[in-house]
Amino acid sequence: MGQPDLDDMYGDKILEHCRSPRFHDKLPDPDASAHTVNPFCGDESDIQIALNAGRIVGVGAQAVGCSINQATTSMLAQAADGVHLDELSDLLDLFRRQMKGEALSEEDQARLGDLTTLSGVLSFPVRIKCTLLSVSAMEDALSTADGG
Amino acid sequence: MAEAIQQATLDVASIRDDFPILSRTVYGKPLVYLDNAATSQKPRQVISALTEYYEGYNSNVHRGVHALSMEATDRFEEAREKVARFIGASQSEEIIWTRNTTEAINLVAGSWGRANLQPGDEIVTTEMEHHSNLVPWQRVTQERGATLRFLRLGDDGKLDLDEIDSVINERTKLVSIVHASNSLGTINPVKEITARARAVGAAVMIDGAQSVPHMSVDVQDLDCDFLAFSGHKMLGPTGIGVLYAKREVLETMEPFLTGGEMVLSVTLDGATWNDLPMRFEAGTPNIADAIALGAAVDYLDSTGMDNIRRHEVLLTDYAMSRLREIEELVIFGAEAAEDRGGVISFHTSDVHPHDLGTYLDQQGIAVRTGHHCTMPVMQKLGVAATTRASFYLYNTEEEVDHLVDSLKSALRYFGHGSA
Repeated sequence: MGQPDLDDMYGDKILEHCRSPRFHDKLPDPDASAHTVNPFCGDESDIQIALNAGRIVGVGAQAVGCSINQATTSMLAQAADGVHLDELSDLLDLFRRQMKGEALSEEDQARLGDLTTLSGVLSFPVRIKCTLLSVSAMEDALSTADGG
Repeated sequence: MAEAIQQATLDVASIRDDFPILSRTVYGKPLVYLDNAATSQKPRQVISALTEYYEGYNSNVHRGVHALSMEATDRFEEAREKVARFIGASQSEEIIWTRNTTEAINLVAGSWGRANLQPGDEIVTTEMEHHSNLVPWQRVTQERGATLRFLRLGDDGKLDLDEIDSVINERTKLVSIVHASNSLGTINPVKEITARARAVGAAVMIDGAQSVPHMSVDVQDLDCDFLAFSGHKMLGPTGIGVLYAKREVLETMEPFLTGGEMVLSVTLDGATWNDLPMRFEAGTPNIADAIALGAAVDYLDSTGMDNIRRHEVLLTDYAMSRLREIEELVIFGAEAAEDRGGVISFHTSDVHPHDLGTYLDQQGIAVRTGHHCTMPVMQKLGVAATTRASFYLYNTEEEVDHLVDSLKSALRYFGHGSA
């Protein structure tokens, strides 16, 4: 069993998002929101979005738990801000593909932005689920959104 | 100095030689196994008992007249006698094999609980229970229109017994409490609580999952009706657990599971129940693991439960004093090592337990992170999860040092440590 490098998982970008989470304030009167919990570890992710003509015009994201969950929640909020619902949905699929270990094109990696740094978590299989809790919350929120 | 006392208490080096897994490495580093509250490691004697059974006399028990079956039955029942002696039961018929503590508690809730609870009755448990001693009682009280009440967990990590006389009252039918907390380490005053239960005529169940493996437990001294514990936490294999129950109580109880082995005679219209303990052991039992649990009991007996307890108190005391060096850590539970089992839960707001757990894993250190199946305790502590180190007879001060040094470097790694 080879030893994965901790720095692969805890990159500077990830730790920076933990320290300064984006869109951390709870969004009042959101058009859609969702809350997910991992019952095994107790981690939580909360997402709120505001919509205008199918575009996300406001986002709030709060995570409780480990640094990977916190960083992913923050990065997802950042990625969601200002994009069209369909575009975000594609981006979530792309992120899920990355976290299944699929090799992504440079173009796709560029689309993921900061979220690409989470590919380092692939070396720690037991922690991959930590990157997916907020993805589920975002997907749940999208599924209840009617486009505003 | 503590080291000198330890040397005199247990020969840890020779004990470690009995556990093959302790010589393995993790990521090229020596394994430091501090997750004993989740499950213990197994000595060669226990592993050999399993292979000897499967290679030498594997067969079903209580059925055949052939040599193998008689041999297996003898060894299987011998194991039951060993377990009975180990916990001070007066007869081996009071030992029921289950899969684990959880199943033993469910047996009592499902059989005794359903038959004895009426609307308005109360069951008392505590706020520090493992989910296994909470959820079965939630279900059976809801089914029967009874009420579940709780002895409170105080801020000092111990049960607050100020209200014991009102919580345990004439409506109380059963008091079911954990002997030693798996998430806080606290050892509860079960004799005092049992005495109060007796005064109101309530039955008493004790969850011994974290006590029976680590200290001398005598059911007659405790005067409990039921005691549940798991083999895998006391050097035995997974999949075998024990329900002790007083014979006179067992005799009033209906079977929990039905089928083969637990019947005396069966017609197409009905059946009569077998004698104790088989009445509560439907189907082919876990023969190999029961026999191997007998070997684990032999190992613990020959080491001496009081020696094991003393070793763990010294090691816990040492670990507490070393962990207190780290300012960022909040250590939960009782201050004094004598008031706890070898379990230490801690938390730092600077690094999440899972991040800490991953970091420690990289150093070869196995700890548990999470809510430890005690979500109400976590709610009380105001945290979602803790990091837990738990010790056993083979752990050493050097391992504690490695844990503390690694915690300090983890805090530095995540950019917070002053240590």
